[in-house]
Amino acid sequence: MSAPAHRVLPGFGLALGYTLVYLSLLILLPLGGMILKASDLGFAQIIEIASGERALAAFRVTFLASLLAASINALFGLIVAWILVRYPFPGKRLVDALVDLPFALPTAVAGITLATLYAGNGWLGSHLEPLGLKVAYTPLGIVVALTFVTLPFVVRTVQPVIEDIETEVEEAAASLGASRWQTFSRIIFPALFPALLTGFALAFARALGEFGSVIFIAGNLPLISEIVPLLIISKLEQYDVLGATALAVVMLAISFLLLLAINALQWWTANRHKNVEPLEAAAAQAKGAQA
Amino acid sequence: MIRSRRLSLLLLAFATSAALADVTLLNASYDVARDVYKDYNPMFQKYWKAKTGESVEIKQSHGGSSKQVRAVADGLEADVVTMNQANDIEFLADKGLVAKDWTKKFPNNASPYTSAMVFIVRKGNPKGIKDWSDLAAPGTQIIVPHPKNTGNGRNTYLSAWAWALRQPGGSDKTAQEFVGKLLKNAPLFAAGGRDATTTFMQRRLGDVLITFESEAEMIAKEFGKGEFEVIYPSLTMQTEFPVAIVEKVVDKKNSRKQAQAYLDYLWSAEGQENAAQNYLRPRDAELLKKYAAYFPPVKTFTVDEVFGSANKAFATHFKDGGTFDQIYVAK
Repeated sequence: MSAPAHRVLPGFGLALGYTLVYLSLLILLPLGGMILKASDLGFAQIIEIASGERALAAFRVTFLASLLAASINALFGLIVAWILVRYPFPGKRLVDALVDLPFALPTAVAGITLATLYAGNGWLGSHLEPLGLKVAYTPLGIVVALTFVTLPFVVRTVQPVIEDIETEVEEAAASLGASRWQTFSRIIFPALFPALLTGFALAFARALGEFGSVIFIAGNLPLISEIVPLLIISKLEQYDVLGATALAVVMLAISFLLLLAINALQWWTANRHKNVEPLEAAAAQAKGAQA
Repeated sequence: MIRSRRLSLLLLAFATSAALADVTLLNASYDVARDVYKDYNPMFQKYWKAKTGESVEIKQSHGGSSKQVRAVADGLEADVVTMNQANDIEFLADKGLVAKDWTKKFPNNASPYTSAMVFIVRKGNPKGIKDWSDLAAPGTQIIVPHPKNTGNGRNTYLSAWAWALRQPGGSDKTAQEFVGKLLKNAPLFAAGGRDATTTFMQRRLGDVLITFESEAEMIAKEFGKGEFEVIYPSLTMQTEFPVAIVEKVVDKKNSRKQAQAYLDYLWSAEGQENAAQNYLRPRDAELLKKYAAYFPPVKTFTVDEVFGSANKAFATHFKDGGTFDQIYVAK
């Protein structure tokens, strides 16, 4: 038996026990109950419920819109985070606080506000519709609502990582002859990528389950702009709790697989760069550029 | 020890605050019933105090009708339910919480007041909308809440269906075709009744909004009378607002007497007048005459007359695979 390693905080056993109980109560218990409920239905029945034409269309809309919203936020969230960390400008703290507002706002309020803004006579809609771009009451409206609601995820996960990348690293890369693009693509981006993926995954997961903001702007037309959470409500409206659970379980299974894939990708990229310090990477990069 | 004593003190505080009134009643109600019961509850409290010397505290719980009913089924201790759809109370009857013959426990199918589905059109009625057939005409846009997920939308759907059924040569087949044509004119399905109103009045989308007659007065208050006109179609649904006692809860809380009186009082002169003042059609014929300016005569049908029962109508039209789904998913 080796001597127990010295830890900063004592009580590993207690903490682990607490973690397990806490996670079980909060996550495993409700999810388990849901799956147990769904197991009243056979696997074949669950598939049948989830593969009706209306359900399939809703799954398609939900996943595509969520993916699109998370992608938009991955790109623009990164830019926002970069600017918030790297550039001083007046009102920066205010802008920084603004980023969290979509979290604080009740989602129904967000949905109604966005619908009013993008409707044919709204401030934005009245300019977009003459261009042939209808946002409110179309699938595009769903993407807008989801992008709004999930904005904070990417910004808040990427921000601390950018803060950790010292500007000296970029200077070193530059002094070793790396171009601006090389510095970004070989030095900065690899360091950011795992955090960016986490932000993307969080935004994506949140978008999948979003209901309140979407129903007010989606239009909710069958086969066109119905989302899965709306179909679940529709089942509950029929007192069909089993059917609702079936849809929820399928949704959960697909989301879990996707999140697992994103996590695996993240783990892989994080490991690839694990042993290479940014400065050494810069040096290696510069050597490569000279050769 | 100290902590548990503190906890029991806290619980005691809760208990005594509830005990200040002799009895507390909880009324689980649908969403837009707020105004009706806000005025009604003090009226009943005064009446009950004068009659028995007992003070009653009345708590209100509001929410989507079917959500409320599910909460009651899951243990929300409501003494009475006051809903806007019969099939919601039917659900509680199936669960054994409400008497099987609840519609017979009070007069008028246990619905103290009614409303009707009407059309709201823009000022001057530019599209000349008069009846259901105009709603299915090409180029007309209708605004209606989701027919599958909202009571308001379902009432609209069934009204259009019943109208088509009553036309010369009308059958379920022609009715389904007609409703299909009508729904094609909906650019969106609003999330709920109030959302549909906002979409029509504020975002100015669509040519006609189909909603409760009682909602028209709310719109007048909110957006001004000069903005719109109310059109009464040749036939429309008389919507009921059924009430029931939750047997299990009143037995447990020993509050049957008060709950019964609370609902009975809805049919009193004062209760009926309150309904009329909230733009709901009173059952009392005299009062209906008194408020004739608000309630012009309109030919109505009830769900029971045309569709057998609320439950049957729901099963045929709004369950998965029902006529609504058939209109969208051709199979």
